[in-house]
Amino acid sequence: MQTLLEVRNLKVYYYLEDGIVKAVDGVNFFIRKGETVGLVGESGSGKSTFGLSLLRLVPTPGKIVGGQILFNGTDLARVEERRIRLLRGKRISMVFQDPMTSLNPLMRIEEHLMETIRIQERLTQKEAERRVKTLLSEVGIPPERGKDYPHQFSGGMRQRVGIALGIALNPDLLIADEFTSALDVIVQFQILSLMKKLRASHNMAMIFISHDISLVSEIADKIALMYAGQIVEFAPAVAFFEEHLHPYSRGLLDSVPNIELSDQTLSYIPGMPPDLINPPSGCRFYPRCPEAEDKCREKDPPLIEVKPEYWVKCFKYERKRR
Amino acid sequence: MKEKDVELEVVGLKKYFPVQKSFLERVFSRKLEYVQAVNGVSFRVKRGQVFSLVGESGCGKTTTGRLIVRLIDPTDGRIFFKNEEVTSWQGEKLREFRKFVQIIFQNPYASLNPRMKIGEAVGHPLEIHRLATGEQKKRLVVQILEKVGLEPAEKFYNLYPFELSGGQRQRVAIARAMILNPELVVADEPISMIDVSLRAKILELMLSLKNERNLTYVFITHDLAVAKYISDWIAIMYLGEIVEIGRKEDIFSNPCHPYTKALLAAIPVPDPKKAKKEIQLKGEVPSSINPPSGCKFHPRCNFAMKKCRSLVPLLHPLNKDGNHQVACHLF
Amino acid sequence: MIDVKYSLSKHIVSGIRAIFPRRTAEYFALIGLILILSIIVMAIFAPLIAPYNPIKKVGDILERPSNKFILGTDGLGRDILSRIIFGARTAILVTFLAISISLSVGVFLGLLSGYIGGKFDSVFSLIMDAVYSFPGLILAIVLTAMLGPGIVNTAIAIAVIYTPTYFRMVRGLVLSLKESLFVEAARAIGARDRTIVFKYIFPNVISSVPIVLSLNAADAVLTLAALSFLGLGLPAPTPDWGFDLKAGHAYLAAKIWWPSTFPGLMIVILTLGFSLLGEGINELLNPELRR
Repeated sequence: MQTLLEVRNLKVYYYLEDGIVKAVDGVNFFIRKGETVGLVGESGSGKSTFGLSLLRLVPTPGKIVGGQILFNGTDLARVEERRIRLLRGKRISMVFQDPMTSLNPLMRIEEHLMETIRIQERLTQKEAERRVKTLLSEVGIPPERGKDYPHQFSGGMRQRVGIALGIALNPDLLIADEFTSALDVIVQFQILSLMKKLRASHNMAMIFISHDISLVSEIADKIALMYAGQIVEFAPAVAFFEEHLHPYSRGLLDSVPNIELSDQTLSYIPGMPPDLINPPSGCRFYPRCPEAEDKCREKDPPLIEVKPEYWVKCFKYERKRR
Repeated sequence: MKEKDVELEVVGLKKYFPVQKSFLERVFSRKLEYVQAVNGVSFRVKRGQVFSLVGESGCGKTTTGRLIVRLIDPTDGRIFFKNEEVTSWQGEKLREFRKFVQIIFQNPYASLNPRMKIGEAVGHPLEIHRLATGEQKKRLVVQILEKVGLEPAEKFYNLYPFELSGGQRQRVAIARAMILNPELVVADEPISMIDVSLRAKILELMLSLKNERNLTYVFITHDLAVAKYISDWIAIMYLGEIVEIGRKEDIFSNPCHPYTKALLAAIPVPDPKKAKKEIQLKGEVPSSINPPSGCKFHPRCNFAMKKCRSLVPLLHPLNKDGNHQVACHLF
Repeated sequence: MIDVKYSLSKHIVSGIRAIFPRRTAEYFALIGLILILSIIVMAIFAPLIAPYNPIKKVGDILERPSNKFILGTDGLGRDILSRIIFGARTAILVTFLAISISLSVGVFLGLLSGYIGGKFDSVFSLIMDAVYSFPGLILAIVLTAMLGPGIVNTAIAIAVIYTPTYFRMVRGLVLSLKESLFVEAARAIGARDRTIVFKYIFPNVISSVPIVLSLNAADAVLTLAALSFLGLGLPAPTPDWGFDLKAGHAYLAAKIWWPSTFPGLMIVILTLGFSLLGEGINELLNPELRR
C-alpha cells in the first residue's frame, strides 16, 4: 500500500508571553491509504496541535516552525494558503469534538451539506440534492431530518452530522480530534461502529486522535503514542498492546482500568506532565521513567525501528534491531 | 429500616426541576413542565462501603449526589443519615450535618475560589465551624495537606489555585473535604477531568483515606470500569431511576437489566484482539421532561414486551438474600 | 520560505522589544498614572506652587502670556496659571469624592441585590435602570439645581449618575458567580451567606472594578467641566477649569486664546490620564483581548 501522508521532523511552536511552548517538537509520522492510525496522548502531548497542523489550522500564536508535511508530493507546511484551501474537506478532512458549535444555527443541515459539496464540486441542484440524501442515509440520519436546524439534534445525531460533513467530498484522509470524547459510552459505541463502516466503504484513511487508549484500540490499525510533543512509540495496534515497549506505554496501560480483568491493580505514573516551555533536556520522559539511566538525561533518544513497522523512541532498544 | 451500621439511606427520592420557559411560551402554554431528574430513588449504604452510582449523562446521578449532601432540597422522598432523618434540616442543624457529610466535585478547575490561597481554602471549614483558629488551624491544615500528598505543605499553603495542576487542585479539594473528619463523602466524578496516568493516584489516596478513617463513599461515575475497580456496591441509573443494584461481583458476573448489559458491552477494552461486541440497543437517551411511559427503557429495548409500555417495573430482588435487584419485567 | 519570513519579523520584533521592553498596555497605564499623579501633586501643593492668589486681581485684564504671568491673565485680571493650579483642587476633589460615593454605594448594592435576588433585586434594579437610562448631564443639572452649589453637592450629583454603572456591573457578575462551582463548594462546607458574599464573591468581582473606575473618572471630569461651564455646581470665584473655560471662550473671537485654552487643556490632560490608565489596566488584566 502506498504512503498517503508523510511527516518529517515537524515542529509546531506557540509563541506566548511566558515563553515558547514547543507543542510539537520533531515528529516523524506516516500513514498509508485506507489505514487508521490512533494518535494517543494525554493533555500537553501535542496530539491536537499535530492534527491541526496537517491542515495548517494551528491558531496564532502557534506556527509551524520546521519540518515537512508531504501529501502527494506537496509539502503542506510550505505551500500557499490557496492550495491548502483546495485540499481541506476534499482530500483531507477534519472533524472535532462538537461539530455543532461550528455550524450556522440559521441554516438547515441539508443546506450545510449542499454548500460543502458545491463549494468544491460542480453539480447541478438535482445532483447535489441526491448526494445529500445519500450522505444522510449513510450516516444513519433519516432523510427528512435534513430539513432540521442544528439545535434540533441530539448528541449522537450531531456527531453523525459532523461525519456527514467530513466525508461529503470523499476525502482520502479523515482526521478526527477527540471526536467521541463528549459522548456517553453507548452512543460512542454506535458512532465508532459507524465510522468503521464508513472508512471501509469510502476507503478512507483515518487519524483518530484521543486521550482514551482503550477507545482507540477498538478502531485503530496502528497506534502512535505521543508524549511532550514527540511520538514515543509507533506500532501496529495488536503488537503495541502485546509488547508496549516504551516505559511510558507500559505506565499508561497499567493505569487504565480494564473491565475484563478482575482484581486489577491500577498504577499511576509518578511525577507531573512536562513543562513544554522548558522541557527536560535529553529524553522528555526521563524524570518519570522507572528505567532511566544517566544517558537518558543527557541525550534525546532517536526513533528506533525495533522491527519492521515498529518504532520506539528509547535508548533501551538501541541495539535491539531484529 | 433501623438496621445497624446503615450510614445513609434514601427512600423514594425525587427531584423535579421546573423547565424555564420564555415569556411567550408561558403565555401560550399554561402547562408546567418538569425535568424529572431523579424519579424515585431508594438505596442503603453501610458504614465503610464504597457505593457507586453509575450511569450516562442525564441519568440523575449527579443530582442524587447533591441531594444527599443537601445542597438542593428534594421534591419528594426522605434522606436518613445514621438513622436520623435529615431531609428538611436547615440553618444550624444543616451546618452541623456538614461536619459529617462532605462532597468532592468533578471539576478541580472550578471548585476552588480563585482568590483564596490554598491554606486559607482548606482551613476555611475549621473557621466556619469554629473548631480551630490561628496556629492550631494552620497546623491542622499542614497536616492534611501532607496527608493528601501536597508536600512541602508550607509551600502549597501560600499558593493560589492557578499555580497548581488539575491533579493537585483535586487533592486540595479532597483535603478541604476531609479536614472536618466527615463520615460520609460523596465523590462526583472525581477523576474524570484528570489525566489518565494520574487517576490511579487520586483513587489510591481516596482508598487509603477510607481505610484509615473508616469512611463511607458514594462514588458517582459514568465509567463502569472505574466503578468496578473501586466499588463494593453498584447502582445503575437510567433516566432518574435505579434499574439494577447489587454487589460489584453480582453486577459484573450476572448483569440482568438489558441496559446494564448494553453498557458493559459498549465499554472499550484496551485489547484490539478481543472480538468486537454487538450491543442490543438502539437510539439515544430520551429527554427527561417527557419520559416514556411504563418502563422508561422500553423504546430502546430489544426485549420489550407489551406490558413494558404501560407497567412501571419496580426494583425487586433476584434471589433469596435480596442483594441483587433489577427493575425489569423480564425477571 | 516560512522560516525566512518568520525569522525576519522575529528579529524586528525583538529589536523593538529591546528598546521598549514592556507591553504597550503597561506604557499606557504608566503615562496615565503620571498625568494623574502630576495633577494630584499640583492640587496638594497648590499654595506653594502657584505664583499668585488665584482669586485676586493681580494684573491688567487679558494680559498676554509673559514672564510675569506665564499663562497670561483672565477677564478679571487674575493669573491664569495660579487659577489652573488651584483648579486642580476642585477637579480632583469633586471627581474623587463623586467616584468614591458611586463606587461604594453601587458595588455594595450590586452585591446585595445580585445575591439576595427576589423582590429586593427587582426593586433596586428598577431604580438603577431608571437612573441609568436618564441622560447623565441633564440629571446632573437637575440635581445640582435642587441641591444647590458647593463641592459636596456637586460631587453627590455626579455620584448619582455613575452609581448605576457599578451596580449593574457588579450585579451581573454576582448573578453568574452565584452559580459557580466554588460558591456551591463553599455552601457544601457550611459557609454562611455573609461569608460567601464577602469572601467568595466580592474578591472575584473587585478585579473588574479598576477599569470601570478609571473610565468613569474620565467621564466625571468632563461632566464636572460641563456643569461648571453651564454655571452650575461650583460658585464663583472658586477656581475651576470648566468655569474658566466658559468665561474665557467669549474672548476667542477677538483672538484672545489664552483664557480658555489652558483650562481646556487641563481638562483634556486629566481625562486623558484616566482614560490611558483605564485602558492600560484593562489590557493588562485581560490579555486575551489583545488579539
